[in-house]
Amino acid sequence: MSEPLPNPGAETTATTTSWRLIAALGGVALLCGVLIVTAFQSTLDPIAKNRRIALERSIFSLIPEGVSLHIYAVSAQGTTLLRPGQAMPKEAQRVYAVYDAHRHLRGLVAEAGAVGYADVVRVLYAYDPHQQAIVGFAVGAHRETPGIGDKIRTDADFQKNFVALDARLDASGQALAHPIRTVKHGSKRNPWEIDAISGATITSRAVGRGINDSASTLLPRLHPHLNNLESPP
Amino acid sequence: MTELRSAPHERLGVSVESIMLNVVLALLPIALFSIWLYGLSALALLITSVVVCLATERVFNRLSGQSSTLSDWSAMITGILLALVLPPSFPLWMTAVAAVVAMGLGKILFGGLGMNVFNPALVGRAFVQAAFPSAIATWVPSYAPNRFHEFIPTTLTQPLMIPPDITAWVKAVSADAFTGATPLAMWKFQHQLTAPEDLILGIATASVGETSAMLILVCGLYLALRGMLDWRIPVGMMGSAVILASAFHLYNPDFFPPPVFVLLSGGLMLGAMFMATDMATSPVTPLAVWTYAILIGVVTVLIRYFGGLSEGVMYAILFGNALAPLLDRSLPTRVFGRRKPWRVGS
Amino acid sequence: MKPGEHTLTAFENFMEGIWKQNPVFVMVLGMCPTLAVTVSAINALGMGLATTFVLVFSCLLVSVIRNWVPKEVRIATYIVIIASFVTVVDYAIQALSLGLYEALGAFIQLIVVNCIILGRAEAHASKHPPLTAVVNALGMGIGFTIGLFALGGVREIFGTGTLFGISLFGPGFQPWIVMLLPPGGFFVLGGWLLLFAWWKMRKEAKDGA
Repeated sequence: MSEPLPNPGAETTATTTSWRLIAALGGVALLCGVLIVTAFQSTLDPIAKNRRIALERSIFSLIPEGVSLHIYAVSAQGTTLLRPGQAMPKEAQRVYAVYDAHRHLRGLVAEAGAVGYADVVRVLYAYDPHQQAIVGFAVGAHRETPGIGDKIRTDADFQKNFVALDARLDASGQALAHPIRTVKHGSKRNPWEIDAISGATITSRAVGRGINDSASTLLPRLHPHLNNLESPP
Repeated sequence: MTELRSAPHERLGVSVESIMLNVVLALLPIALFSIWLYGLSALALLITSVVVCLATERVFNRLSGQSSTLSDWSAMITGILLALVLPPSFPLWMTAVAAVVAMGLGKILFGGLGMNVFNPALVGRAFVQAAFPSAIATWVPSYAPNRFHEFIPTTLTQPLMIPPDITAWVKAVSADAFTGATPLAMWKFQHQLTAPEDLILGIATASVGETSAMLILVCGLYLALRGMLDWRIPVGMMGSAVILASAFHLYNPDFFPPPVFVLLSGGLMLGAMFMATDMATSPVTPLAVWTYAILIGVVTVLIRYFGGLSEGVMYAILFGNALAPLLDRSLPTRVFGRRKPWRVGS
Repeated sequence: MKPGEHTLTAFENFMEGIWKQNPVFVMVLGMCPTLAVTVSAINALGMGLATTFVLVFSCLLVSVIRNWVPKEVRIATYIVIIASFVTVVDYAIQALSLGLYEALGAFIQLIVVNCIILGRAEAHASKHPPLTAVVNALGMGIGFTIGLFALGGVREIFGTGTLFGISLFGPGFQPWIVMLLPPGGFFVLGGWLLLFAWWKMRKEAKDGA
């Protein structure tokens, strides 16, 4: 083989000029830059499509009658429609308004998160403004213990909590009439309580806390403007 | 390490085999009492655990081309101890898994008797605790009326399958309000204390052999009086646990349970008498033994009070086991006539 | 190296990473992804193939530019090259399967610091012509993939009772939770290493006799 062995030798160092080093690094960097940009540009659309499909699938699984959705930013100032590519304003909560085939609002889906046993448990929950209740729940990213904490995804009894979880506003419209809370397994008495999974209380509590935190700020801000959302823009 | 522990064994001329046999004898009353409490299921659990432990040892003996080491009784002890720390309703196939792991991973891979770092029975218990967390936290009441005629439904679960739900069975066999929680879990999660007399007599919900504190104490005393277990370990472990628990109880008597509860509940007594005293996995020099025992007692209480689990004896002993060689090395016996180790100079 | 010698060793060169120098079972390299992502067979395969892709293309490029890059800056160029291909793989997996991307998490990005790749680039690709380098890298990559699959398959079978998501024992299977947790990775890796060591010992005993 004719290539120079990478032996540390004094004469090689002397002959390599700074210009040569920079040229080599720059050349490689340029080549790699082209490579990365090509990969980025060519995957941009498929990735955006994948993300949209994944999000829509989980949202429509919460509201099966839904066929289309629009994203709104809900803040203390009111609701704003977010067009694709538009950035989310600060201090606003993202809400997915889901419409059925007759262009009627079937429900709203929002994100919630709270610290569970291992890390933040992220969930999506569906809110039905006509019933004023939470009517669905799906688990997003989480790092809960397999077989214990991750039962929140699979446990049928736990899922039943979210068939009609009471989320009515009080008379002032500024807060939930009853804060949503997780109670010990088997002691659910009221429609605003979540029956914890036995043995996975910490994760169950995180779900309840996350939904309560999200709903108690979102719903009072949302309700005065619900009319804007009744039909798709 | 056993041969280092000269006094008093050599004076008495007691062999390893004879000590081991005596440990088996001391465990028998506890095992028999557990069969009285839980019936057929406890019997099947004990038999499965012992048979699988012996078989695993034999298979590995053959694979590694050694002669059989079954005659030293140590595999038998591991089998009995493992059964005693499992819940009575534990499925037999899971018991077999625990036994294979106990002997294989806990003992033989380290080189067999005397070479293992961790108590084999606890290695098996820790493995199934991590593998089957819900089965190992399923508790049944003692003195079920038909315990000598039928098994607890979960005992005969088909291998690899989920044990059936026994809520209905438990309701049918338990007379009064049985909560399905151990006294420690009741204290930790519901803040209810179990009466000390229940803990002493073995009425409380517990693992197969952790029920009667009094019986375990008597059997342990037998071994200690015959000089076959290091009395410092149970004394140090239980003493440190009681002292620490007393301090917490004095600090906040409403929240922390009385020390007698800490002493009598869970596996502290069984662990102190029969697990932490395992000769292969405990230190040798007196100072190291005291440190080891006190450390286990303290860690047990800390896990029970501040950990995610309600019981901490198992992990505390495994932790002590891991430190034992280090303790021996850093706390050696003082040799008279030599320079003190800390006086490096002249 | 003479031309005749080169053709003779091409197969051995390829097999080196799969058997004699297997990154997982013999060299015990790249343990971070090995233990972390092997909770299922599909994750293991995805991770293995992603690493193989980066390994092969990095080694190719390193080999092509080996005479042109001064040794003073070679590590910097290797890292830039490896990081670029990792970025490409990162985007490619997101475009192919978001589910796999989320399952592998940060470990795709961490391929940059997988010591197998930098090790191969430095020890092999920088000293050999492109074809030899690619063949060797491909062997290493496949060896790594086999190693990950051996772990992921066993952990999935015990941890969830499935293989590639296909149920093996029916709905009543009791999962061995520990196999999905980090200790399970160590147990299974230890089991495989034990098996290989036992195998080797028996072979040596037989050869010696």
